[in-house]
Amino acid sequence: MIQHAPVLIIIIPLLAALMNLIVGLWRKRLCYLFTVAALGTCVFLSVAILDIVAGHGTITYKLGGWPPPWGIAYVIDHLNAFMLVIVSFISLVVAVYSKVSIEKELPEKIIQFYTLFLLLVTGLLGILATGDVFNLFVFLEIASLAGYALIAVGDDRAPLASFNYVIMGTIGACFYLLGVGYLYIATGSLNMADLSQLLPELYDSRVVLGAFAFLMVGVAIKMAFFPLHKWLPDAYTHAPSAVSAFIASTMTKVGAYVMIRIMFTVFKPYFSIEVIPVTAILGWLAVAAMLYGCIRAIAQTDVKRMLSYIIIAEVGYIVMGVSVGNRMGFTGAILHILNDAFMMACLFLAAGAIEYKTGTRNVHNFSNLYKKMPVTTAAFTVGGLSIVGIPPTCGFFSKWYLVLGAIDSQQWVFAGTLLFSSLLMAVIFFKVLVNIYFGSQPVSGAHSIGGNGAVVMDEAPLSMLFPICIMAVGILSLGFFSGKIISSVIQFTVPGSF
Amino acid sequence: MEIMDFIISKYNYWMYIIIMMIGFYAMIAKTNLAKKVVGMNIFQTAIILFFISTASKKGATIPIIQHGHGEAADIIHAAQYMNPLPHVLMLTAIVVMVSTFGVAIALLIMIYRKYNTLEEDEILEILKIENGR
Amino acid sequence: METAVIYSIKPLLAIGVSLIAALLIFLTGERSRNLRESWTILASVIKFTIIASMVPSILAGNVIEYTVISIAPGLSLQFRVDALGIFFAITASFLWIITSFYSIGYVRSLKEHAQTRYFICFAIALSATMGVAFSANLFTTFLFYEIITLSTYPLVAHKETPEAMKGARKYITYLLGTSIAFQLFAIFLTYSAAGTLDYSYHGIFNSVRGHGVSDTFLIITFILFMAGITKAAMMPFHSWLPAAMVAPTPVSALLHAVAVVKTGVFVVVKVVLHIFGINLLSQLGLGTALAYFASFTIIVASIIALRQDNLKARLAYSTVSQLSYVILGVALLTPSGITGSIMQIVLHAFGKITLFFAAGAIYVTAHKTRVSELDGIGKQMPFTMAAFTAGAISMIGIPPLGGFLSKWFLGIGAIEAGQIPIIIVLATSTILNACYFLPIVHRAFLKEATDSTDKNSSLVTRYSSIKEAPALMVGALVLTASGAVALFFKPSLFLDLARMVAASVTGVN
Repeated sequence: MIQHAPVLIIIIPLLAALMNLIVGLWRKRLCYLFTVAALGTCVFLSVAILDIVAGHGTITYKLGGWPPPWGIAYVIDHLNAFMLVIVSFISLVVAVYSKVSIEKELPEKIIQFYTLFLLLVTGLLGILATGDVFNLFVFLEIASLAGYALIAVGDDRAPLASFNYVIMGTIGACFYLLGVGYLYIATGSLNMADLSQLLPELYDSRVVLGAFAFLMVGVAIKMAFFPLHKWLPDAYTHAPSAVSAFIASTMTKVGAYVMIRIMFTVFKPYFSIEVIPVTAILGWLAVAAMLYGCIRAIAQTDVKRMLSYIIIAEVGYIVMGVSVGNRMGFTGAILHILNDAFMMACLFLAAGAIEYKTGTRNVHNFSNLYKKMPVTTAAFTVGGLSIVGIPPTCGFFSKWYLVLGAIDSQQWVFAGTLLFSSLLMAVIFFKVLVNIYFGSQPVSGAHSIGGNGAVVMDEAPLSMLFPICIMAVGILSLGFFSGKIISSVIQFTVPGSF
Repeated sequence: MEIMDFIISKYNYWMYIIIMMIGFYAMIAKTNLAKKVVGMNIFQTAIILFFISTASKKGATIPIIQHGHGEAADIIHAAQYMNPLPHVLMLTAIVVMVSTFGVAIALLIMIYRKYNTLEEDEILEILKIENGR
Repeated sequence: METAVIYSIKPLLAIGVSLIAALLIFLTGERSRNLRESWTILASVIKFTIIASMVPSILAGNVIEYTVISIAPGLSLQFRVDALGIFFAITASFLWIITSFYSIGYVRSLKEHAQTRYFICFAIALSATMGVAFSANLFTTFLFYEIITLSTYPLVAHKETPEAMKGARKYITYLLGTSIAFQLFAIFLTYSAAGTLDYSYHGIFNSVRGHGVSDTFLIITFILFMAGITKAAMMPFHSWLPAAMVAPTPVSALLHAVAVVKTGVFVVVKVVLHIFGINLLSQLGLGTALAYFASFTIIVASIIALRQDNLKARLAYSTVSQLSYVILGVALLTPSGITGSIMQIVLHAFGKITLFFAAGAIYVTAHKTRVSELDGIGKQMPFTMAAFTAGAISMIGIPPLGGFLSKWFLGIGAIEAGQIPIIIVLATSTILNACYFLPIVHRAFLKEATDSTDKNSSLVTRYSSIKEAPALMVGALVLTASGAVALFFKPSLFLDLARMVAASVTGVN
């Protein structure tokens, strides 16, 4: 059974999505439990896969027994296994959280929500697991379409935001498809491992260079990498809170994963660094992304919009780590994928809980919120400290590796920008946190003021609070395990030539 | 003459580029949301066209093998059949294209219901007024 | 000197005891104030006992180590208690006991709000201070350094008035901003050059200097460290200290005379002695540069102090000035200079805390905050002003108060280093200290009280009436003043530790 795990991890959420429709028509309340069960199985499978990969090295699973390159192969090495665990774990946590928030935001669309959610998870897990470039396109589109639909059922502005996302996302996916097409006509193969063997002779061919360019631009759009980030703030702000939390913490990271695959697995590392100095371009764009994201975030009053701009900066961090082309930087980038997933999930979940309880997303209305929602605001604080990079939260450790990586390649501007953006993040969160803890006006949402006028504690319901706390605890404890994570998993993901 | 030769021999690529650019232009430059969706459709169709065009070979027939009796002796010359793989890939891509189109139209309906117009600038005006309120 | 390494969990316990107290205070809340206060007192006493129990071992030349967790190569949460660390820890933990009593008196008589938050943050801040004192590498130091900043923010912002929030914002902007921008950057540079962040008695750059690590690199790293360790209040990054005077007086007393600022100079001393090392700094000429920077701060801050009428502001600038004595001493890079600088840590602490306690007592009893209002207050509050006088004389550096000792050693250190201008700096600053402290004493005791500006006639002072501050507060400040005197006569414990530190880095006894 376990040897089929790589494909089961895709099939289970896919089938669950389809069966969810039937289950939901039978009994609406069962959808939630069914989803949680399916995602729990995925988490279990992903951990099992990570265990096998950590012990035995890369797994290759041939779909239907057809040998590659004619068949589709799922290749799971340390990088995918690691990310499979992250994505499935976060999907489970958000699914648990979503029960209450979806009942409030989308009462008549619960069945459809869970179906689409499971499809989104299928798509993301598929992108991570597959070893075939066209298969990746298929899963990319599954995930994107589910994403478009999920975002569109948010608040008032959501359909327009989703529409913009559709247009830009489709351009991205089509560019990716074009890149795949060019690679195919040049080599005749769609299998990643096979391509990495066949491509080196063709590195000076214009077709291959064109393919690389299309692939990178397509992925950059999906990843919301500056300057192709325009769709992200609107889409993430107006989506339902569970959707924002999940997509924010996983979609862009999976996009980064695809970029890493293209740059270092399909094309050999020396291609990306020497033949076309893509890494130099990516590095400077990453600097721009970091600065742009932080500066735009300072001006925001909507907390979700603020967090969305911070995501743009975080993607900048990851790309910068990849672009410096050394061991430290790459380690930092992968570690940051993990840390950022947790941080963003924690912050978006907390923001969603605050919106659920107080009905507002405007940070100016958060005065004295700690009295009403102490646990949620504590988790928000932990997330904020982690984004700034204060030890011992996990954010410090990924920044540690990223900056050391930048210093190792003598890229002082990158290192300086990283530290400067930490300062900007401190400014951003300081403003919000001081208002939460020391605010001058009483919190809006007056229905929770008790008899004597004092603010009564009125926390979010337990099914929302529990995931938030898990994320916050994760942020605090993952920091301490950074070394262990790096030595057991991440160090094997670094391309050999670094 | 070299250039004419260059253009004519690769006419499929030129076609797809032109169609793709038309679609791309529509997606970016047009302000009517429905036209954007149509542009998106054209864009995707062009890419599908490109893929399929790479599958064809001179004098090739459709890639279905006629089985007679005792066909193990028949040798199959790949050059006689079109490449089926891009066709198959494009079947998937067409499905994707249609689904995206469906999602986009559903969004258009939602937007139309809300703003009563599909013109981007009019919608922005409405949003500006909403913001100001 | 042969040092044996002892592995003991005591450092972690010393830090942990006040964290547990913070939790207990949180859980007790406002339900039972006496119970809540007792957690603070209990924690401070236990902490002091644990630290005191480590002292004999350190005096014998041993070093106590404990590794909490090793996170990644180069990043481990590790404690190593040596002479310097225990010196600081003993000072801070002893003064916390006294400050706790004083705090209780202060917040109760003023009926302050958010008392629970106050005591929780105090406990966490002291935990983190012990953490810095015992840290074995730059990472641990940085971690606890930031925790101090974050946990003292609510204390500075305690009153929650607009001025308090503004002062608190300046406080955290300066401290957090410079530590991320400069100190963290310097830590990164240190790690990438030296491959380690662990403290070592002879500096960690010696083996890599010249092998790919240029002198310019080292100089830039040093400058970044000095700019980033803003808690030491060296100019031009000192403005947070006067801004933090919006805090309640016990906060100013312990944190801004002892814990926060002493953490700053402590880290400066650590970086100078245990990261760069005396030899490297003297070769790069950075010792002299730092000494002159510190001198600038000493003189200029004293001049600014002269012009302050608000008593706490005057004490704040005096602190800025006095802190740089510590930096000056260690910048001299000689055994006596180092001894003097370390002695200054404890002597200034006792003296300054007395002065702040007195300021708080005056505020609570007579509601006066300005020096110009203090005429004749010595008649009304004799104990308080007597203690104030003791503290002031200690700051000026006249026997028989302890402050004399540090100035003595600094002077010898300057001669050893051949830096005669420094002696002039010391003399000038002593005169300036006298200029801004003695007038206060003069006014308090030798001038008649004027009640013409005071509409509230119940505060008219008559020769025979003594109206002192609450007993807890008076007791505390008399205790610290006596401590300042005692340290002159019996400085042996601290002097031995200071000499040990100097010996360990210079190899000279």
